[in-house]
Amino acid sequence: MATKAQTVDAKAQFTGLSKDEILRYSRHLIMPEVGMDGQLKLKNAKVLLIGTGGLGAPLGLYLAAAGVGKLGLVDFDVVDSTNLQRQVTFGAQDVGTPKTLAAKNRLSSLNSDIEIETFETKLESSNALELFKDFDIVVDGTDNFPTRYLVNDACILLGKLNVYGSIFRFEGQATVFGAPDGPCYRCLYPEPPPPGLVPSCAEGGVLGVLPGIVGSIQAMETIKLIIGRGDSLAGRLLLFDALGMKFRELKLRKNPDCPVCGKNPTITKLIDYYEFCGVRGEEAPASNVQVPEITPRELKSRLDRGDDLFILDVREPHEFQICNLNGHLIPLGELPRRVHELDSSKEIVAHCRSGKRSADAVDFLRKTGFRKILNLKGGILAWSDEVDPSVPKY
Amino acid sequence: MPVKVIIPTPLRVFAAKKDSAEFPAKTVGEALGKLTVEFGDLRKHLFTDEGKLRSFVNVYLNDEDIRYLGKEDTPTKDGDVVSIVPSIAGGKL
Repeated sequence: MATKAQTVDAKAQFTGLSKDEILRYSRHLIMPEVGMDGQLKLKNAKVLLIGTGGLGAPLGLYLAAAGVGKLGLVDFDVVDSTNLQRQVTFGAQDVGTPKTLAAKNRLSSLNSDIEIETFETKLESSNALELFKDFDIVVDGTDNFPTRYLVNDACILLGKLNVYGSIFRFEGQATVFGAPDGPCYRCLYPEPPPPGLVPSCAEGGVLGVLPGIVGSIQAMETIKLIIGRGDSLAGRLLLFDALGMKFRELKLRKNPDCPVCGKNPTITKLIDYYEFCGVRGEEAPASNVQVPEITPRELKSRLDRGDDLFILDVREPHEFQICNLNGHLIPLGELPRRVHELDSSKEIVAHCRSGKRSADAVDFLRKTGFRKILNLKGGILAWSDEVDPSVPKY
Repeated sequence: MPVKVIIPTPLRVFAAKKDSAEFPAKTVGEALGKLTVEFGDLRKHLFTDEGKLRSFVNVYLNDEDIRYLGKEDTPTKDGDVVSIVPSIAGGKL
């Protein structure tokens, strides 16, 4: 089901382009699909970007370059050096700067004719409707389930289009939610997955170009919706596999029993999305296991004393290559069938990157009868901070 | 009658890193059942303890959501493609 949407209302105040604008947008103007009409629609459009990270980077750049008259940028984060691998709006000089400010500076230098409004805040149930109400289209470039459901519900309640994109490692999804008669995010996924069943940090990461491609698809959809041309992704879920370099598409249907966009909605105002996803969402800690711990400093002094400690590294082999503490490597997933490699009479210190996976490992080993086992608090990251700064952090 | 099951990135770690597998099957449920017999670690990610498909796991037969077909009893034929499409949230990351 392809849906054409009319999103730019009669409030349009610009009726013409300046001579400079005509030159700048000439490659749009000479295409009949855009033309002067389309370019004026772009100039009168107001688009809100939720997140100025990996997806927000190409979105901001292309929408600013295309002459979208007003861009809103919502983000609470600060640029750090691990962002630069994919968030191409930012340069090394932006590290430490709020993302909304750094993005605004970059986009203003690209196109000073457009208005850019920044909201350096976390999107919450308490501010979403107020933030969204002055915009025509909301583009979802966030990174967690509670915000995804919040963006969806707020868009449905206000009747706004939601241009959706999502990525994981080397796989992406894109579609348009909230089109008239089209499905919403809850039609596709009524519930978030429980935390134990979402990939742990061991399987995280993202290929830097992937958000560039998925964010560009979102930018293209946004522009098509504004100018009212072509077939939008509403009613279709585009799946992209970067490793196989394959695009597939699945049909999305509006669920008549959807709690927010169905015939008899039960969600008629914004709810607590952390609670909704809280027990089950990604933001909830994957495990609350309480296990005996050792701090990096205590471990260092005991090793210096010559105590006979066995260091067990439960990360993945590719992480071991980045840095290690000379431990014995058994990835968490392989632990159950490799327990025999461990000597329960020896004192064992388990570690991972941040201490979460190794807490699970310690919990598991205690249940199988190991008594002298400790978790390195804060993992190799804390070791780098507190004991040996030459160990790289990742 | 082989049916191809496409395994999404987040679940490949539980399926010997494979991106797909083929099984002779008469229904979508049978294909998924055989998949979780071959890769036991996948089972808890797809099915509840009672053996029902989990609500946050979307399954498609070719390009149609099986919730709008015959659910797990949807009949399959030679060359059909069953896709498991989990929700992923990343973007800003």
